[in-house]
Amino acid sequence: MNEESKVEHRWGMAIDLDRCTGCQACVAACHAENNLPLSDPESAAKGRAVHWIRVDRYYEGEFPNLRVKYMPVLCQQCDEAPCEPVCPVYATYKNPEGLNVQVYNRCVGTRYCANNCPYSVRFFNWFDPVWPAPLDLQQNPDVSIRMAGVMEKCTFCIQRIKRAEGDAREDGRTLADGDIQPACVQSCPAEAMIFGDLNDSESKVSRLAGSGRSTRLLEELGTQPKVFYLQRAK
Amino acid sequence: MAAAPELISYQQVRGDLWRPLSGAGPRYLAVVTLLSAVVLWGGIAWAYQLHAGIGVAGIRRPVFWAFYIVNFVFWIGISHAGTLISAILRLTDANWRKPVTRAAEAITVFALMIGGMFPIIHLGRAWVFYWLIPYPNSRLLWPNFRSPLLWDLTAISTYLIGSTIYLFLPLIPDIAQLSEHATGWRRHFYRALSLGWTGSDREWRSLERAMKLMAGIILAVAVSVHTVVAWDFSMSIAPMWHSSIFGPYFVVGAIFSGIAALLLVMSIIRKTMHLEKYLTPHHFDNLGKLLLLMSLLWLYFTIAENLTAWYGNDPSEMNVFGSRIRGHFSPYFWIMVLFNFVIPFVFLGIRRLRTVRTTTFASITVLIGMWLERYLIIVPTLSMPRLAAAWGHYSPTWVEISITAATFATMALLYLFFAKLFPVVSVWEFEPHSNKEA
Repeated sequence: MNEESKVEHRWGMAIDLDRCTGCQACVAACHAENNLPLSDPESAAKGRAVHWIRVDRYYEGEFPNLRVKYMPVLCQQCDEAPCEPVCPVYATYKNPEGLNVQVYNRCVGTRYCANNCPYSVRFFNWFDPVWPAPLDLQQNPDVSIRMAGVMEKCTFCIQRIKRAEGDAREDGRTLADGDIQPACVQSCPAEAMIFGDLNDSESKVSRLAGSGRSTRLLEELGTQPKVFYLQRAK
Repeated sequence: MAAAPELISYQQVRGDLWRPLSGAGPRYLAVVTLLSAVVLWGGIAWAYQLHAGIGVAGIRRPVFWAFYIVNFVFWIGISHAGTLISAILRLTDANWRKPVTRAAEAITVFALMIGGMFPIIHLGRAWVFYWLIPYPNSRLLWPNFRSPLLWDLTAISTYLIGSTIYLFLPLIPDIAQLSEHATGWRRHFYRALSLGWTGSDREWRSLERAMKLMAGIILAVAVSVHTVVAWDFSMSIAPMWHSSIFGPYFVVGAIFSGIAALLLVMSIIRKTMHLEKYLTPHHFDNLGKLLLLMSLLWLYFTIAENLTAWYGNDPSEMNVFGSRIRGHFSPYFWIMVLFNFVIPFVFLGIRRLRTVRTTTFASITVLIGMWLERYLIIVPTLSMPRLAAAWGHYSPTWVEISITAATFATMALLYLFFAKLFPVVSVWEFEPHSNKEA
């Protein structure tokens, strides 16, 4: 019975762009949670920085009448993910909960998935990761370190999902809405990010996804993303 | 004006074509040493990349594919020299083809061997490249046959096997003749390779049949191979890649660069091995016309590809289109047009200007132009993904440049070794007896 209910989850996220202040707390939290390699300014300029979530900036108007819009972009966990069919070794595939997962051990590093991701949210390990001391002592034991030559990307903090599901199973209860918070969601001071089960029509994320303010990024490509961006219609 | 090869006595033909096989002059050794040094340097660069991580190359997010994949497409394109051209000429019984087919077939095999290395060099974890091969393994996992990379692997290995057979079949009678006359280790080498050929009527008939059959098969395989290479790009949804024209466009480009490579090789071996009597201006003239035809076809496809993108005016495609026509990549684009169309059109289209020298010159510019074409297909698209926040510029490092240089040296080196072991122009096809058979 537990196994059945597990399959029934369909994890999704809503991000309220009218609330986002562009503070980058989600980026920092993701780095700490997911053992992301650090990069110095030079390697970042060479396109080697890894941020599973980034905050894109869009400018409207001319200086000084300028409006900046922030848009946190992470893996959209597409239902029809373009990255999946092109992988020759099944290193990326759809897990039973609809997550687009990356199996580091299988990846041979063709980087085809990254080319085919319209959101550019896939990252490659150009070198073995290094952390300057003492940051090497604060790694998250729940998340594996990725070696040079493999792809990686946002997992919706799958380690937190699995832990919450396991805890709920042990306690003999079902998961409640809000039991799981990926690191970015947890650390958002503006509470602009909401995570939950899209299969549960009563969950907060389901209600927001169905609201009139809901849009999806590059929806026209038919990728069926599970991240919903909320913004006032112009 | 040299006499037509048919008018030279068979004894003399054999003497001329066997002469380069024996001995190695100081110039030959110097060139081999130089090329080996370049290959060794490329090997060091690759070893460094394997050891330090592929980040020592210039590839970066978002340009995840660059020099290595450009070289891959380029060399697979060159491989169409051979087999495709020689197969067409064989099937159409074009008699003038005799002295050029072997040179072409050898290019194919070597270019495929080199081109086939690039997907491996390009891998993040090159040491597990065999995970793409379907075999029962400890991972209990078949490769993903929905991935165009698997189609690629299948197509290219088929083509490599097929074209090796296709190169080898017409070599057999020559090898058998050589084994009768050679001494020392060469005698054993040729004897083993001749597969016991005695030259009986039955053997000739089987050989003829096999060569005709392989010519037909290889034609289909060659077209499918470069179509599949094109599909590596066009199956994805990246702007300017997702294009139905890519299959035929790539096949045309491949034949185009293949003929250019053949002309260049012919012109080099003609000079260095003194084959002026066999590779005559007539051959350069005929292949030059073929090159001109492919140049026009290439122009047609390039216009069709770009005009439809421009007219469609899709914003993400227009970014890529604009960067090619008038932006960052435009110098390369217009050099490509000059090298692939203007120069061949002038030198090969005007009959008075179409000489051995200008044909060779045009084939060099076409080779450069076709390399640029692949660069312009791959890099601009990746530099400008749909979300502008991820845009980034690529430039190669010494690692990529060294490995690229090494592949050109490898090609030359393999050809030099081949030319020392086998006659680069088929000898037996000049034999009056076998002429009747053919």
